Amino acid sequence: MATTLTLAKALNTGLRRALESDPKVLVMGEDVGRLGGVFRVTDGLAKDFGDDRVVDTPLAESGIIGTAIGLALRGYRPVCEIQFDGFIYPAYDQLVSQLAKLHYRSGGRLRMPVVVRVPFGGGIGAVEHHSESPEAYFAHTAGLRVVACSNPADACAMIQQAVRGDEPVMFFEPKRRYWDKGEVPDDVVDGSSIAAGRAPALYVARVLRPGTDVTVAAYGPTVATALAAADVAAGEGRSLEVVDLRTLSPLDLDTLTASVRRTGRLVVVHEATTFLGMGAEIAAAVTERCFHSLEAPVLRVGGFHTPYPPARLEDHYLPDLDRVLDAVDRALAF
Amino acid sequence: MTDAFAAGPGPMISLLSPEGERLTHPEHDWLLDDDTLRATYRDLVLVRRLDVEATALQRQGELGLWAPLLGQEAAQVGAGRAMARQDHAFPTYREHGLAWVLGVDPLQLLSLFRGCDQGSWDPAEHRLHLYTIVIGDQVLHATGYAMGVQRDGAVGTGDPSRDAAVLACFGDGASAQGDVSEAFTFAGVMNAPVVFFCQNNQFAISAPPDRQSRVPLYRRADGFGFPGVRVDGNDVVAVHAVTSAALDRARRGEGPMLVEAFTYRMGAHTTSDDPSRYRTQADVEQWRHRDPLVRVRRYLERAGAVDAAFLADLDAEAEAFAERLRADLRALPDPAPATLFDHVYATPHAQVEAERAWFETYQASFASEEAH
Repeated sequence: MATTLTLAKALNTGLRRALESDPKVLVMGEDVGRLGGVFRVTDGLAKDFGDDRVVDTPLAESGIIGTAIGLALRGYRPVCEIQFDGFIYPAYDQLVSQLAKLHYRSGGRLRMPVVVRVPFGGGIGAVEHHSESPEAYFAHTAGLRVVACSNPADACAMIQQAVRGDEPVMFFEPKRRYWDKGEVPDDVVDGSSIAAGRAPALYVARVLRPGTDVTVAAYGPTVATALAAADVAAGEGRSLEVVDLRTLSPLDLDTLTASVRRTGRLVVVHEATTFLGMGAEIAAAVTERCFHSLEAPVLRVGGFHTPYPPARLEDHYLPDLDRVLDAVDRALAF
Repeated sequence: MTDAFAAGPGPMISLLSPEGERLTHPEHDWLLDDDTLRATYRDLVLVRRLDVEATALQRQGELGLWAPLLGQEAAQVGAGRAMARQDHAFPTYREHGLAWVLGVDPLQLLSLFRGCDQGSWDPAEHRLHLYTIVIGDQVLHATGYAMGVQRDGAVGTGDPSRDAAVLACFGDGASAQGDVSEAFTFAGVMNAPVVFFCQNNQFAISAPPDRQSRVPLYRRADGFGFPGVRVDGNDVVAVHAVTSAALDRARRGEGPMLVEAFTYRMGAHTTSDDPSRYRTQADVEQWRHRDPLVRVRRYLERAGAVDAAFLADLDAEAEAFAERLRADLRALPDPAPATLFDHVYATPHAQVEAERAWFETYQASFASEEAH
């Protein structure tokens, strides 16, 4: 059985389960308490779990991550919300120099069970700094794990799994998909499949749509774009296999290379700048592993090497269905 | 407009003069009896010996770097001795005196600066977090830890074995960092049981405190809604009394406090630094008259709490300690190469494991060549 939830409500449900299942779990961030977060992902949690566990912090991102590290050292399991992707940079030092490294520096003595939730990506007509995709900065940092959910079922399961782990997880949420609805299995909604370890593991990619001609790999908001492209391509007699990467660090190269060995072609889609983005690493890693299976170079579809543009231009910046299909055409033309 | 620094250090709490005379203060009494002060003097002497020895070992190539604490012994030993058994401290990279008081093996400090590890002591056992090199970062960690203490109900209960406080160490340079201001903000609005312990050693490498703050550092607390005081950082009795009072206050649930320990870094910033470029020998000599060890010895001698035999024994102990430290350091093995992959993550990570496997095979290829 399943329940239909928006992606935002699925996250809210997952956070509720996390708070219920462990009294050490805290939710903290700007406006996450009484307001329930600017996207309402923490709606109702402060009322039910109290101000000590759902903490409205001062408006200071480095302070949020820095104090979360201290709380983790005291045995707590903070789930921090960074209000928008473009506001994470004040916390960059605490994330990269401290959160990522404390387990390593301490020879494994200090665990850092801290989850950092980041609404990311564009497509909502926002002003500057509200539409960015900073995931590669964090995937580049050893010690952090980086995941991105693309649909309500995964969102609900993955947030619970991330909070149960003992490691820092950068949890990227596709903000333009917050209001998309989807079926969430009841044993994910009630947390039982997570507690029992029956849900799919957090750090694996998933083939969402099998196909034979070209593999399209995406994560977060571009998964829906890739699925839509596969629908259109099917009408043109082309079979696309869509892989939802889900985890960016670690990268599940086993799932991805198995797919590429079947199709011989790979297109990687993300909103972030392609230059040194996730697609660059994926292209290199897949080429090293699948050189003799590849019929075409790995192609990337993503943002340009520009700052995120004004909202009236974002449709030209964001990889859309046509740009994915254009890359598919180019891959097939080799 | 007056310049607070040009006008001198301003109101400063002192309980032991540089000449070793007992002073009184309207709010702070001596909390150290002669026996404890004698043990404290031993701490000061051994910590200084550790520091002098480590500086020499760096010059001999045994350490990659050392951050000397010379001149700051009283500030650190006084603060460390003010901590209750359930209190925790978050250090910079220069807190060798605090580490000593909290029972960290000095060899572990040297091991870090030799490059064998990045902090091998158990922070839970010693209640001393790992050394932090990015300036000011640990002040937020201390504040978060104190927020955890609050959530554990370990503050303001009146149970002296339960109520805990956190000591957040930083320096005059760090006071300019945004993270320190954010820590003050969080601690203030959360009323967290944290004592911000600022050792103003007059230099952020080369820049003086008036390049960090327009007002005396202890007055920075005003805008954040908690008290700040300045104590003679070279007076171990006063540092101990003032820090004890601040920690007591935090444990009672009365919130954070800023303690500025006014001291002087007699040595270089690190062994890579050349202080002659930014200060004169005359400046240093002026502070030599305010030495934190000499005044304690003068007091103890005058009080008849130490005699020549005690001092000779202590000299011999310091000598033996230094000798052992040198030998132990030179005997430290380099870590095995593949350990560089250990503990990046708490559970296996595909990319790290793939690189480890490659590296081990690569290493092994040389061994098999040698065998042939």
